[in-house]
Amino acid sequence: MAALFDLKNVAKSFVKGKEKITIFEDLNMEIEEGDFVAIMGPSGSGKTTLLNMLGGVDQPTGGEVWFDGARIDKLSEGQLAKWRANNVGFIFQFYNLMPMLNAARNVELPLLLTRLGSKQRTKNVMTALKLVELEDRAKHMPNEMSGGQQQRVAIARAIVSDPKLLLCDEPTGDLDRATADEILKTLQLLNTEFNKTIVMVTHDPAAAKYAKRTLHLDKGEFVEAEQAA
Amino acid sequence: MLRLLSQIWTVIVMNVRSLPQRLWMSLAATFAVTVVVAVLLSFLAMSNGFSKTLSGTGSEDVAIVTRSGSQSELNSVIGRDSVNILSTASGIAKTADGQPFYSAELYVVVDGKKRSSGTEVNIPMRGISSLGFDLRGGIEIVEGRMFADGTNEIIVGRGILDQFSGFELGSEVAFGKTRWTVVGVFSTGGSAFESELWADARMVQDLFNRGNSFQTMRIKLSEAGNIRGLEEMIENDPRLILDVDTEAGYFAAQGEALEGIVWFGWGIGIVMGLGALAGALNTMYTSVASRASEIATLRAIGFSNVSAFFGTLVESVVLSLIGGVIGALVSYIFMDGLTTATIGASFTQVVFTFELSADLLQNGILLALVIGLVGGFFPALKAARLPVIVAFRGSA
Repeated sequence: MAALFDLKNVAKSFVKGKEKITIFEDLNMEIEEGDFVAIMGPSGSGKTTLLNMLGGVDQPTGGEVWFDGARIDKLSEGQLAKWRANNVGFIFQFYNLMPMLNAARNVELPLLLTRLGSKQRTKNVMTALKLVELEDRAKHMPNEMSGGQQQRVAIARAIVSDPKLLLCDEPTGDLDRATADEILKTLQLLNTEFNKTIVMVTHDPAAAKYAKRTLHLDKGEFVEAEQAA
Repeated sequence: MLRLLSQIWTVIVMNVRSLPQRLWMSLAATFAVTVVVAVLLSFLAMSNGFSKTLSGTGSEDVAIVTRSGSQSELNSVIGRDSVNILSTASGIAKTADGQPFYSAELYVVVDGKKRSSGTEVNIPMRGISSLGFDLRGGIEIVEGRMFADGTNEIIVGRGILDQFSGFELGSEVAFGKTRWTVVGVFSTGGSAFESELWADARMVQDLFNRGNSFQTMRIKLSEAGNIRGLEEMIENDPRLILDVDTEAGYFAAQGEALEGIVWFGWGIGIVMGLGALAGALNTMYTSVASRASEIATLRAIGFSNVSAFFGTLVESVVLSLIGGVIGALVSYIFMDGLTTATIGASFTQVVFTFELSADLLQNGILLALVIGLVGGFFPALKAARLPVIVAFRGSA
């Protein structure tokens, strides 16, 4: 497998008042294409900041971030938006669906950034909804669906434009165990059957078990599982 | 470009569809713009109507002569001797029998009772000769007949009949030393003359103790706008302490006094507009705050910040334009065509009609547009600069 992500000596810090807060000083990691990585760690360990940097919504203050052979940490805001549209699908803890759009319209959003025509977009939307077993809910509004169904719509939205990378921020944090397992199985299916590279931030060890490997972050560094707080 | 437009359109549709979530605040912002536009247009319609009444009153082929330095017909005095001298000037048209075509007129103030409020106000009574009737174009008797020379009969302008009580055809009114009978109603097509009572000049002189003096002299010009002959005679004859202007120029100058109302209207409009602007800013900042997660999510998906900017800006403009259109409609329905009377330059009542022209409506909508654009610009900038990380904070 080729390295999809390569983080070299990444540093991230910010100034709060007069205090400089350092999240990472010298973080290095590689994520292979087709990997399914769970990132765990206590609050404040830097896992969400890492996910944000991988998704191009936050930029490091030092080091390099390479994606598929191209450096992305120096891209402008506009270039990053295009890069995200082409390569990344986001799955959020609270689904982040647009409450005034039905399921199909929510799933269609990333396709509005492509050159696809209306018919092709509708076809792709229905394919994605079928994959998460919600094709019969296409016309339903988010508030007419359960939390699990909303998260499946969010997964359909994340995969509809066929990105290589799925970034999941506590995707089951707002769901009950049974529903969480359904969602995690769907993610696992996307990884094994469709070769999607998945990076998932989670607090839940049971969720992490669905990943191929788990990285533990503590105070901005990767540590062995036993050392993790 | 098409993709960008598609993004912008999507954000606009989402913003507009989410308006019910911010219904009351959005309605308040819209209402504020409605009030601003309605008030501004009412002022402008009033000023427009008054100006049109005065500008429609004067004619280019009639000269008006007043005592030098007098600000209005009311405080002008011209003796018979001055009238006789000036009537020999060059540039004066001749009547059919070869006489100079002019009318020496009196202008006195009498009391009238407003129909709307019942209050007593000044209305002008003009003493004219039959030539005075002839030299004014576009006058017709719409009810009754012309007064007879040498009698205490009056004819009343249609504006007077509409706005003041007691001037119905056949009724008697007491002015000066006698009672007058209304024998006719005349129309001048909406000009200020319709706000007057007319009677025989000699009777007015006699019954108002004016001796053989007049207040103005109206002269038919042989060439429209050419008052050079009259000016030269006034300049060269020291007995003539008079001012001359075309009637059109005279009333236009009187109408300019109303410029103040226009500026006052705009002043009020702008002050209220600032209030509406604050409302629009508040509404749009709230809108951006309540949609922060949605905006950031779209940005995370790959939507550009340009779409976030225009989506917010268009929402603001749409709310303001709705307010502007309603304000214009309210103003049009309740103000356009409304006839009222106000005090003119001679401290007498001038009857006029509020007139809302297409230009004025356009100004009202333009003001709403400016409020929408300015009120939406800064919140839109905030939306465009919203950190994408906000999407990850989410909301339960």
